[in-house]
Formats: sequence, structure tokens, C-alpha cells
Amino acid sequence: MAERHLVAQHGHAAAGMADASEQPSGGISLEIVGVSKRFLARGRMVEALAPVDLQVKAGELICLLGPSGCGKSTLLSIIAGLEPPSSGLIRAGGRKVQGPGIDRVLLFQEAALFPWLDVQHNVAFGLRQAGMPEGERMRMAREYLELVHLSGFEHSYVHQLSGGMRQRVALARALVLNPAVLLMDEPFGALDAMTRDKLQIELETIWAATGKTILFVTHNVREAVALGDRVLVFSPRPGRILQEFSITLPRPRSLEHHQTIDQAREILAVLHAGQRPTEEANDEW
Amino acid sequence: MSGEMTTMLAEQPRLGRVRLMRWIRRLIFYVILLSIWEGIVRLEIWPPYLFPGPLIVAAALWEGVTQGLFLPAALVSLRRLAIGYSISLSLGLVLGLLLGRNKLIQETVGSLVLGMQALPSVCWLPLAILWFGLNERAIIFVVVLGALFSITLGVEAGVKNTPPVYLKAARNLGARGVRLYTQVLLPAALPAILNGLKQGWSFAWRSLMAGELLYYTLSLGNLLQTGRDLNDAAQVMAVMVMIVIVGVTIDQILFAPVERRVRERWGLA
Repeated sequence: MAERHLVAQHGHAAAGMADASEQPSGGISLEIVGVSKRFLARGRMVEALAPVDLQVKAGELICLLGPSGCGKSTLLSIIAGLEPPSSGLIRAGGRKVQGPGIDRVLLFQEAALFPWLDVQHNVAFGLRQAGMPEGERMRMAREYLELVHLSGFEHSYVHQLSGGMRQRVALARALVLNPAVLLMDEPFGALDAMTRDKLQIELETIWAATGKTILFVTHNVREAVALGDRVLVFSPRPGRILQEFSITLPRPRSLEHHQTIDQAREILAVLHAGQRPTEEANDEW
Repeated sequence: MSGEMTTMLAEQPRLGRVRLMRWIRRLIFYVILLSIWEGIVRLEIWPPYLFPGPLIVAAALWEGVTQGLFLPAALVSLRRLAIGYSISLSLGLVLGLLLGRNKLIQETVGSLVLGMQALPSVCWLPLAILWFGLNERAIIFVVVLGALFSITLGVEAGVKNTPPVYLKAARNLGARGVRLYTQVLLPAALPAILNGLKQGWSFAWRSLMAGELLYYTLSLGNLLQTGRDLNDAAQVMAVMVMIVIVGVTIDQILFAPVERRVRERWGLA
């Protein structure tokens, strides 16, 4: 019931944006061709990401799973255009990525809201950069805050919000730009289980309503299984794709359902096998 | 969250009472302090023209403000401060941003700024007088140097301590070029910048007073000197009180509201 409400609202909000800026609201394809990353740390060359090839269809939801420091975040950052790859290239919707663009918005684990702005101005930040007039962008910010169930918090400051609310604001701040691709770098990683479940369901609903392409990095195997069309398991640094799982379970998927758990167990085995024994514990699944 | 909100609202009247009590305690303290001062004066250890009591100083202050030259003198000093501080502010913001963002500049100019910070700016006055003459330009030069390095270092610290994720997020949301500075870097650094601004202002104020002692034209610092020349300790003390009042007022008008806003927004205690 609440979900249907959300879909209806989002459909409306997306239509409003399409009117304003003539952008498509659906997803675009991503082509990742031989992308790798090396960097210099304390005089030593560190290979963060082994060359990765990946094709993502428009509107696909892909979960990237792997131990800490395996380069998943680096890959998202490269796709977002925030750092250049050491080799290879990214095509988004057929066009080569050269620097950041608001067709691909990255969400961070720490939400990265601006503490000097209130919630509404945070959400409107990207619209301001795009040159939208004040009144119009405030109206849209309110609309998207409603979408993430934060009406009434327009004038709150970041420190007054809980972790889950901050992620909702970050989501609204991204969605208001109507990006074709959402790059989510463990956005729910620091949240408690209940908040996390709720946000997962809302994300899935928004995804279903808009058809955006989503790359979702997580440590949590069951979260990956519940959300992903595909789950890619990464090896420890230098990260490469160990194995790819297509998840065909019907949606919405319950985290507690035995099929989810079975699938998660299978993936976890691969994750374990690819991991050095000293790597971090996997009690998170 | 709504629970937090209601407790915040409920605390408002209590906060008012706490503030009132604080002022009452403060008042009592000053009444005691002035009484002790008056008591010592009545012991007549020193002649009253060297050690006047609070009532005589208050009378001198009143007379200076209503009939004397205290207000025009304060205006002269404030004008110098305003000009000098504005110059420091513009230079300091640019210099601080450059230091915080450019490694080469930081390694070279940065060390110089740190060194200059160790030199009380009134030490520049003799040189300034040689260069500019005993005039406005020399004293404004000293005020500029008084505030410049504190402001620069404050901006630099703020920029350096800004979490890189803010810049990433901003670039990701379409912020480019100068806007990254004006809409992200500077506001993100504001708490540290504010510290630099406050320190810069107090250094500028001190250097100005020190410099004005050497000047013959009317100013607050010069009134202190005149008081000494007239053997009038009451005037000297009254001018000192005046200087404190001006200083505290500026702090309350210029910095306190900004500081309060920053604390409110960032949730700093």
C-alpha cells in the first residue's frame, strides 16, 4: 500500500523533472572495458583493481560483493568519473565517460551531506549547479523529500538526522537530478538492520518505478541476493570478478526466505574460497 | 526524532532561567570586584591621581564620552581597523585557499606565513613609518599585517581539514570550478575560518592600539598617551575601559551571531 503510494508519487516527480529538463527518466547501459586502477602509496605501486570487463544493461540492478579494499568503491568512483582509470574505458549510454556527470550519481556510505546547508538546500544543491531558479528547485526538493518520506524535515540540519534519514536525504539529493545511473557505495552499510531493510525495499520500489540502472556495492550477501538482478563476487585486492550469479528469484524477495538464504550460502562459499584466510569475518551475511 | 524535537522545545524556558542566573552571578562578581577596588583606594596607600577609584574612573568615562573626545577617537580607531581588516580578509581568504590547495605554495609561502605569524605586527611599525611616513597608511599597514596571517592560517586549516568526500559529492552533483570554492570549500571550512577571523581581529585590534600610542593625531591609543602626559590616571583607565567596551561590542556584533549560526548548523556544542 505504502509502496504503491511511493511509486505513484515518484512517477509524478519523475514526470515533473522530464518536463523541466527534457531528460529521460529510465536507465542507460554501461560498458566497462578493461578498467583497472593502480596508484602510488608510500612510494609503492599498489594495484587496487585488476582489469575488469562488464556489460550492464539499461535498467539493470547489479550488486558488487567483495571484501574491503577489493576495489569495488574505486570502480564506482571511476564510473562516476571522479577519478580516471589507469587503463581501459567506460561507456555510459554509448558515450565515453570523461569526468563526472549528473547522469551518473554516486551515493556514499557516509551520506556526505553538507553540514552547512539544511536538508532542503542539500537536496537542491545539484539543481542549483544546473542553474535552476531558486523557487523551482525548492519546489522540486520538497517533492523529492516527500518521496523519501522526509516531509517536515526541510529545515533540519544534518546533525539532527539519524543515519537512515541522512541516507534518505542523500537519495533524494541524487534522484532529484533524475540520473540514469545510481552508483551506490555501501549506502546502507552503517545502518541498523531494520532501517536497512526498509531502505532496501524503498530503493527497490523506486528502481521498479523508474527503471534506473543501479550498481550497488555491499558487504552483505543476503542484501545482494535480495536486491540484485546479478551479483558479482570480487576477489581481494587487486579486485577482479571471481564469479557472476544471475538471481532469478521472484521479487520482492524476502531476506528471510529460504531461497534467498540458499542462494546467499552458495555465493558466500565462492566469496570464502576466493579470500585469504586472514580476511575479515563474514558474519555479516 | 519527533521525541528529540519536543524535548528541545521543552528546554527553552529552562534555558532562559539558566541564562538569567548566569548574569546574576556575573553581576555579583563585578560588584564584589569594584568594592574591593574602592576599598583599596580608601586605604590611601597611593595618591588618588595615580590610583583613582571606580567612581572617579566612571565619571571620567562619562565625561569623556559625553563632553570629551572618546567617541570621535573611537571612530578614528574603528575606521582604521575596518579598512585594515577588510584588506586582510580579502588577502587572507585568497592566500589561505592557495595554501590549502597547492602543495608547492604551501611548502614555500606556507613556511613564510608561519614565520611572519611569530612576529608581533607592531614590530613592522618603525619600518612602515620609514616607508609611508607617520600617517594613516603606515598604521593601516600594521593592522593588515596583524590580522593577515591568522586569517590565512585559519582558512588554510579549514580547507585542509575539509573531508574530501564533500568535494567528491559536490563534483558528482555537477559543481565545477569557482563554485567548488564558493559553495563547498569555503562553507565547509567556515568553522576553522571563523577561528582565524577572530584571532586575526584581536591581533589587529592590539596592534592598532600599540601603534596609536606613537601617534599624535586623535585616536583611542593616543588618548591613553594624552592621559599619561596630563598625569591623569583616571582618564587612562577610562580609555582602557572604553577600549574593552569597543572590543567586546565588535566581537558581539560581528562574530557572535555568525558563530552561533555555525554551531547551530553543524551541531557543535
